Amino acid sequence: MSGVDSDLGKLVCGILAVLVVASIVGYILQRRFSPDGSNASIENLNARIKAWWVMAVLIGVAFLAGRVGVLVLFGFCSFAALREFITLTHTRRADHWALAAAFFVVLPMQYYLLWLHQYGIFSIFIPVYSFLLMPIISVLRGDTEGFLDRIAEVQWALMICVFCASHVPALLTLSIPGYEGRNVLLIAFLIIIVQLSDVLQYVWGKLFGKTKIAPRLSPSKTVEGFVGGVASATLIGAGLWWITPFTPVQAGLLALVITMMGFFGGLVMSAIKRDRGVKDWGNLIEGHGGLIDRLDSVVFSAPIFFHVVRYWWSVT
Amino acid sequence: MRKFIAKPVAIAIVVFARAITAVRAIWPAEGVFTGQCVYFANHSSHGDFILVWAVLPPRLRSRVRPVAGAEYWLKSAISRFIGRDVFDAVLIERDRDTRTGDPIEIMSSAIDAGSSLILFPEGTRNQTDQLLQPFKSGLFHLASARPNISLVPVWINNLNRVMPKGEIVPIPLICTVTFGQPMQLASGEAKEAFLERARSALLELSPNTRGENA
Repeated sequence: MSGVDSDLGKLVCGILAVLVVASIVGYILQRRFSPDGSNASIENLNARIKAWWVMAVLIGVAFLAGRVGVLVLFGFCSFAALREFITLTHTRRADHWALAAAFFVVLPMQYYLLWLHQYGIFSIFIPVYSFLLMPIISVLRGDTEGFLDRIAEVQWALMICVFCASHVPALLTLSIPGYEGRNVLLIAFLIIIVQLSDVLQYVWGKLFGKTKIAPRLSPSKTVEGFVGGVASATLIGAGLWWITPFTPVQAGLLALVITMMGFFGGLVMSAIKRDRGVKDWGNLIEGHGGLIDRLDSVVFSAPIFFHVVRYWWSVT
Repeated sequence: MRKFIAKPVAIAIVVFARAITAVRAIWPAEGVFTGQCVYFANHSSHGDFILVWAVLPPRLRSRVRPVAGAEYWLKSAISRFIGRDVFDAVLIERDRDTRTGDPIEIMSSAIDAGSSLILFPEGTRNQTDQLLQPFKSGLFHLASARPNISLVPVWINNLNRVMPKGEIVPIPLICTVTFGQPMQLASGEAKEAFLERARSALLELSPNTRGENA
């Protein structure tokens, strides 16, 4: 018990230190290079730092509130993300009940199953049951126009925003011998690596970036930023082994998997945005884009991280 | 007693509307117009005026009254309570043959009393595939009766998808409320010309016209 408290304490101090340093750097940059708010990169950096503060405080409060807190927090994230996603889809009136079911039945049910520790049904509820039930509900209204597109959009929305996102709190349900009561640290590990990888790719890209990876999808992503960001986030992941049940090498490898999934997740979500002709998923926090803009890399890495850890470390 | 619970009910309705729609106001580059005015908006849902009301700064919101059809809002005790006590609606009778009061006079006296109004010039909810139905003449007659009043176009986006007619469960989708620049009736401007000008000012605020999605 004292183990989790002292490790969590150290982690919190570390995160606070990083955020304080980031805020000071952001403030100095803003004073020196963008006093009138004209430098878009610096404004964006400061917006991100603010978003991290909010994220850190919310997750911290959720950790303090325990399992309920974590489930409620991610349940809310799923709700807000699903709302952003469905807003950009081409659903029609005939999908009304399917959408209502997605929001008010499937979403709460997925988190309730997590609360009950029902892993078996939790892992197939959306990909099997919802996948088949959603088109059944929609087809009852008899509107066939764009049917496959409409159904696929709702299924994707549920997959990304509810199924994938719920795998972050699902880390709490794993039983790892010798790691009892410390599972929240796995969530912390996942989120820290994803966010650091995002920001390190950004920083490396700004400093050394020349070769664009996918100019049509995301003009700011470069090979240099990708390699540097992934390498440094992997090293930091290895250095954080002490909060995980892994050895330093294992922690590094898992961090590598997380950052790769996160990177490609970001690309996929950008492609969807391009297709819909929007820059951001929404405006949950004014000027910061939508929740999915902050969550895109987490949702892609969470299920893979969960299943790798479950397969090799968990006894359930 | 009714007044006493009207305020908490108003807050609850706004909180609920915000939780479902995460509604956000988009102001013109010049910023919020703070003068007394008539907001005229597209109409596709019963929730329309609630969204406009919810995004207005509290100082402006406190003097805004929606204009609504009396026959609908006086139908039952609960709709009477919501229409009259909660939102202090200016109720007008839409049926020409049976009405006892002149709608333009009722609206004009609300303006004289210092209120701003929310008006839906299409007259009834838009159930068609068109973005905007032709305007009824009420907006013109009101502008002629009070020629100095500013008219602010307001485009409400997406609420028709949240709660289409006949559905009872709202779907959470992000809505925006876009405010345009205030306009006025020009002296000697004919009815058709004015209504067309107002209608295009409103249409211009629609994301579909601006070529954006959602």
